[in-house]
Amino acid sequence: MSPSIPLQEMIRAIRSARTQCEERGVIQRECAAIRAQFRQVDNGGARSHNLAKLLYVHMLGYPAHFGQMECVRMIASPRYSEKRVGYLGAMMLLDEKQDASLLITNSIKNDLAHSNQYVQSLALCTLACMGSAEMCRDLAPEIDRLLRASNSYIKKKAALCAVHIVRKVHDLGELFAPAARSLLAEKNHGVLHGAVVLITQLCERNPEALERFRKTVPDLVQIMKGLVISGYSPEHDVAGISDPFLQVRILRLLRILGRHNETASDAMNDLLAQVATNTDSTKTVGNAVLYETVLTVLDIKSESGLRVLAVNILGRFLLNNDRNIRYIAMTSLQRIVGTDHNAVQRHRGTIVDCLKDQDASVNRALELSLALVSASNIRTMMKELAQAASGIFHAAERYAPSQRWHIDTILHVLTTAGGDVRDETVPNLIQLITNTSELHCYTVHKLYRALLTDISQPSLVQVACWCIGEYGDLLLKGECQETEPSQVTEDDALDALETVLQSHMSSPATRGFALTATMKLSTRITENVDRIRSIVSIYGSCMDVELQQRAVEYNALFRKYDHMRYLTSVLYVIGSNEEAVVSISVRCSLQVCDLLDLLGGSEEPLQPSTALGLPNSTSTAGGDLLDLLGGLELTPLAPGLTHAHTHTHTHTHTHTHTHTHTHTHTHTHTHTHTLVETEREPEVKNLTKTKLQTETSSLRIK
Amino acid sequence: MMRFLLLFSRQGKLRLQKWFTPISEREKKKIIRDMTSMVLARQPRSCNFLHWKDLKIIYKRYASLYFCLAVDNQENELLALEVIHRYVELLDKYFGNVCELDIIFNFEKAYFILDEFLIGGEIQETSKQVVNRCIESSDMLQEDDSSEWYEVELFG
Repeated sequence: MSPSIPLQEMIRAIRSARTQCEERGVIQRECAAIRAQFRQVDNGGARSHNLAKLLYVHMLGYPAHFGQMECVRMIASPRYSEKRVGYLGAMMLLDEKQDASLLITNSIKNDLAHSNQYVQSLALCTLACMGSAEMCRDLAPEIDRLLRASNSYIKKKAALCAVHIVRKVHDLGELFAPAARSLLAEKNHGVLHGAVVLITQLCERNPEALERFRKTVPDLVQIMKGLVISGYSPEHDVAGISDPFLQVRILRLLRILGRHNETASDAMNDLLAQVATNTDSTKTVGNAVLYETVLTVLDIKSESGLRVLAVNILGRFLLNNDRNIRYIAMTSLQRIVGTDHNAVQRHRGTIVDCLKDQDASVNRALELSLALVSASNIRTMMKELAQAASGIFHAAERYAPSQRWHIDTILHVLTTAGGDVRDETVPNLIQLITNTSELHCYTVHKLYRALLTDISQPSLVQVACWCIGEYGDLLLKGECQETEPSQVTEDDALDALETVLQSHMSSPATRGFALTATMKLSTRITENVDRIRSIVSIYGSCMDVELQQRAVEYNALFRKYDHMRYLTSVLYVIGSNEEAVVSISVRCSLQVCDLLDLLGGSEEPLQPSTALGLPNSTSTAGGDLLDLLGGLELTPLAPGLTHAHTHTHTHTHTHTHTHTHTHTHTHTHTHTHTLVETEREPEVKNLTKTKLQTETSSLRIK
Repeated sequence: MMRFLLLFSRQGKLRLQKWFTPISEREKKKIIRDMTSMVLARQPRSCNFLHWKDLKIIYKRYASLYFCLAVDNQENELLALEVIHRYVELLDKYFGNVCELDIIFNFEKAYFILDEFLIGGEIQETSKQVVNRCIESSDMLQEDDSSEWYEVELFG
């Protein structure tokens, strides 16, 4: 048995291990030694060190469950040093789900009655940390006793212990209510704080308790006034604010008590006004108190003057240099924009200005701005909001004055900020375009022209490619009512698509769109089929697996199943819109009918519904064809698929691959799915000088 | 209430973990992974607040350590920043110019200090001086205790 080393030496040994393997070796050795030590009856002061070592190892992520019983033993020890580590171990290794946790109930009970307050404190802390419902029920009377008769050090801990108990066993709230009430008369801030938290907990759980505690509003107002007006108190001062932690908790309790109640709200009105005007807002801590005050004012039945004051404070926050302050202003305004719409509208300018902020969290300005959009200011707002992301589309949908304006706006946003829109925007847009059938010609012309100007915005390019593929015939026809006519030849259209395919700016997903569109055009054009065939065959040896697969299949369609090329119309099935699916499958089935006629197939034309779930066995002359189609499960996509849209585009495409006759395509899932890496554990094993330097730099140096 | 407090280095090494609600080991590991990757990915000048599931995450970097505190949705984020700052001040007073190494080699002390400041996900003491005094007294008690044992060993 190797001798065990002191805790700090072990930590040093672990840190100097150069590889994960070496570290594991050190830890395994140590754990073996620790285990052996645990088995010994008594080895003096080393016991606490051993458990501490085990806890360190546990923090590194290694299993330490064999230490649970040792914790139980240590807690029962008469020595404070052992109890301390034992209780720490219990909080780290035991939770209410472990059986061993019940074993410490008795120790806790004994320690709660210990003569030394620091031992009592350990027991209280542990109970509040990991006490199960059973333990709580068992020990609740003890806690109540401590709430009434002990020193402030214990009372404040007992109060929070009571909070935990009430969270675990709601009924016990009744037990603590009287004691909680009397604690409000204490002078000690720790105890007061605990009392306020306990009362808050009781009121949140129990409407009757809430009624009874409303009577404490004057007392709370008094305490709060004392804090706000009082001079400098060294014990509790934080940057000029006297005990901000207590102030915030009292404000929160007042909020709960004043909600839906005029009398209570009236009683606190003056105080809230005083806090709102007198609190110094130059430091974060002052703003924390102001923030809580604002939330309270807006939640209770306050006077309108006070409400305006509160919203103005939020407006001031919006202009603050500190990002955090702007963020909470934004979230608060968002919460009240429904109820205090006009008050928030006054700050619309500032809110919209915040859109320029690069920070994504602060950029909740967008959501807030959208909430402020109404039928009257939509046109001006949209211009200002042109830089923002896809929420615009929802607003546009709700208030669009005309279809054409709607599509124009969307195209405008895509051209200016296409990089920022979310993935699901593309299928939604495609659906929108599909549904606006009278504007198909206009849309495809506009998108084609947009594509000629700029192929850097992926969403725009994707929608444009899809459009060209789908409505290429309208594009090539030349005439269009809504826009100036332009001559687009088949070569022009193919040039555009090829540019997208070849551009280094195009992502694999975008290339997929372009390739599919190219393929679809083969059914809509007459002269350049060979050109399409050659484009497609080039991609048969493309590096990208997804594209390669697609190109190979399209090639096959050219070679073996030329008559099936018409089925490429169905390959991009959009979203969960069943009508879209049905309309596409109708087109498919009609073409299938043509094909069946060609083969001299069945007498009855296929109905759309059967196109959706094709029978696998038929014995018509078109049997081969139907067998092929039998592999095609044209079922309406489950809503779940739209969710897949948000992850990566390639995901949807792999779905369509399973519809083709060669089933080997399903494994493309893993290749093309690029999941965001969630694990980040670079091992920095060497104690390089720079690492040591960063670790020794004081945390307080700003 | 506060749900958990994590301290980790810029390389994602965990230095302290305090959980205020019962969570399985597996879940804890997942949360730690999520938190470290989320926080370490943040731009240096961005806002200190994040949303994660139904919780608010408040984080702040002090030298080489990230302090990451998760709170319920109705909590005051600005005050949470003050809570983190208060904890750093307490550590600083105790260790004197505290740095990451102090917390690595004396992790159990860091926990003891935390347990004098927070209990059950709530603040228990709002005065710095009181917390410091209590820690000192507890340490003295621990020393007395150990020396007692030591004397017994020597004299049988």
